[in-house]
Amino acid sequence: MAAYDADSSAGGDLAYDPNFVPDSVKTFVVHLYRQIREKNVYEIHQMYEGSFNRLTDRMFRESPWPTAEAVEPYVDGDHVFCLLYREMWFRHVYARLTPTPKQRVESWDNYCNLFGVVLHGVVNMQLPNQWLWDMVDEFVYQFQSYCQYRAKLKNKTEEELQLLRNFDQAWNVYGVLNYLQALVEKSNIIQILEREKEGLEQFTVDNGYDYQGGSNVLKMLGYYSMIGLLRVHCLLGDYRTGLKCMAPIDLSQQGVYTNVIGSHISTIYHYGFANLMLRRYGDAIREFNKMLLYILKYKQYHQKSPQYDQILKKNEQMYALLAVCLSLCPQQKLVDENVSTQLKEKYNDKMTKMQRYDDEASTVYDELFSYGCPKFITPSAPVLDEPLMNYNQEAYRLQLKMFLFEVKQQQLLAGIRSFLKIYSTITVTKLAQFMDVDEATLRTILMTYKHKMHSTDNDGKIVSNADIDFYVDDDTVHVVEAKPTKRFGDYFLRQILKFEEMISELEKVQLD
Amino acid sequence: MAKEAQQQVSYTVEELVAVNPYNPDILADLENYVNEQVSSQKYSLDANLCLLRLYQCEPERMSPPIVARILIKALMAMPAQDFSLCLFLIPEQVQSEEQFKTLIVLSHYLETARFRLFWDEVAKNRSLLESVPGFQQAIEAYAVHVLSLIYQKVPRAVLAEAINKEGLALDQFLEYHVANSGWAIEKSQGRSQLIVLPPNEFNHPELKKNASDSVSYEHVTRIFPVLS
Repeated sequence: MAAYDADSSAGGDLAYDPNFVPDSVKTFVVHLYRQIREKNVYEIHQMYEGSFNRLTDRMFRESPWPTAEAVEPYVDGDHVFCLLYREMWFRHVYARLTPTPKQRVESWDNYCNLFGVVLHGVVNMQLPNQWLWDMVDEFVYQFQSYCQYRAKLKNKTEEELQLLRNFDQAWNVYGVLNYLQALVEKSNIIQILEREKEGLEQFTVDNGYDYQGGSNVLKMLGYYSMIGLLRVHCLLGDYRTGLKCMAPIDLSQQGVYTNVIGSHISTIYHYGFANLMLRRYGDAIREFNKMLLYILKYKQYHQKSPQYDQILKKNEQMYALLAVCLSLCPQQKLVDENVSTQLKEKYNDKMTKMQRYDDEASTVYDELFSYGCPKFITPSAPVLDEPLMNYNQEAYRLQLKMFLFEVKQQQLLAGIRSFLKIYSTITVTKLAQFMDVDEATLRTILMTYKHKMHSTDNDGKIVSNADIDFYVDDDTVHVVEAKPTKRFGDYFLRQILKFEEMISELEKVQLD
Repeated sequence: MAKEAQQQVSYTVEELVAVNPYNPDILADLENYVNEQVSSQKYSLDANLCLLRLYQCEPERMSPPIVARILIKALMAMPAQDFSLCLFLIPEQVQSEEQFKTLIVLSHYLETARFRLFWDEVAKNRSLLESVPGFQQAIEAYAVHVLSLIYQKVPRAVLAEAINKEGLALDQFLEYHVANSGWAIEKSQGRSQLIVLPPNEFNHPELKKNASDSVSYEHVTRIFPVLS
């Protein structure tokens, strides 16, 4: 493993000596190493989230941590510990500094080694889920970052181009996808989740941890890799396959994915976005609504967390996407009151504009989509002959173009909707007159409305997303308003459980 | 013997897509599979998406005729959204080639139910579309599907335009569906025929099962401890 290249400095600190290990770092790694050996997950978590970030703030704001080679002697030269340390080391460089091209490649090598060890099944540690999620999340993030980096060819130096030529396998898309897929397969996570439905596994109850002296690392990396695959497929524009990768996780319930807020948000954000692109507006709205409500209630508890900024950013992006979904497919009953208030505060004007479906609407759709969408990538390797161009925007431009085309196809539907709201029956002729089109065109518009407001789910079933519906009897349009359904069954279930809880609490009270 | 071998290949391709999809070596198998889907009127979206992803990663290996076939098969899968799903994976420069522009226009007409424009455009591009057997019937099925979403009773002229049939051909089509699909024909006062389509939850809202109030079995099991 090449040592850190001190010449191409990744920070402004010229006094940085990669081999100097301050005492506090010595103490840190010695303690962390011991906690990992003794499988004290709680302590590991404290050190990972707490101590590491405090030390970073104090001493490593603008320079990297000491190299793995430098700390090796203090941890018995433990190979696996060094791989873990290096992963944190690179993650810190990406977060606080700017990685050099060489560091990007070296980080890829480190992930290959780390995942290689895990896939061999020889790892016996228990690590906090937060750490394992961060590993997968960072892996995908660095892949995305590398694709963006190498697609900007215009101002690259000869040295950088040479590096791209020599290390053309680094962060190649097949490698990334295959590692994630391998983790899913080797961990058997899909079978574990299946068996859990029949009561044969305790995976969710134990939050993925192994209380029989084994390891949670492979299992949890496999679990989080499903979310990683969803994310990578969204970045490539393959929404259907992304959703398929996530299918083993049941989003209608709490699960291991909700226990680390980063994984919860990433799952719902990408799931919602994929459904938006698949025109399944109802599903997207439902999930965004749940997530935004959750963040509203609980974000105060994460204020001190290093992920707070990311949480806020994704929160804003989801509001933008929710505004888009609701403009394309208005729904009265799917959005919680509190979320609705926030949404109106942020996007009331823009939503009014979008529902007008004119050219100005198109601009607003463009703006919100561009703000809310993931950073799409072009997976193919760069062509390194002259003339060198930047093509890092191509993938994004394609997805945007397709999205706006879909919006345009739905342009005439807004007019229909406003008339359907007023009339319970109206003849085709009259409606055509009001809309200033001929009858044949009106029939076309009616058919488009029906087609666009119905989506096909994974089993090929047609599902309606419309809040206002209609049917036609020869030449009369009959409007059907969806009645608000009172969910009595669900309501009673919730109350029964709540009262049961209350009763057992009361029984515990001892009267003097 | 040759037919058996062919079936064996397609079975293996589906397995490959399920088990080892991120593998550039299966590109040739996937391309053969596209041709097989065309000739034997089968269809596999997952295999085709897998191939388009491989083309995305290695654009030099992309074959425009294969991509065209994939897109035509996707059109035939409407109302499913397969056509856009495929387009998401095809770079803009490729999409601007003549034959793909035509297919995109065809998709646009179908998405916005502009059937007459659609069939006119099809007539201008026979050679492209006739290479895929079953195209006509698949689009007719889509047209009938859209009509069934809306109409309890549809005027003959509207149906005729949607499926591009007139006179005797239309009569035969109607006869077939009256006999097999539960259609009926009514004579509306003085004017031409009305075709009565079978009731479903979309054109007869009263048939819509109020599924939202049913409670799933899994949720009910949560209160079993309480009930006991």
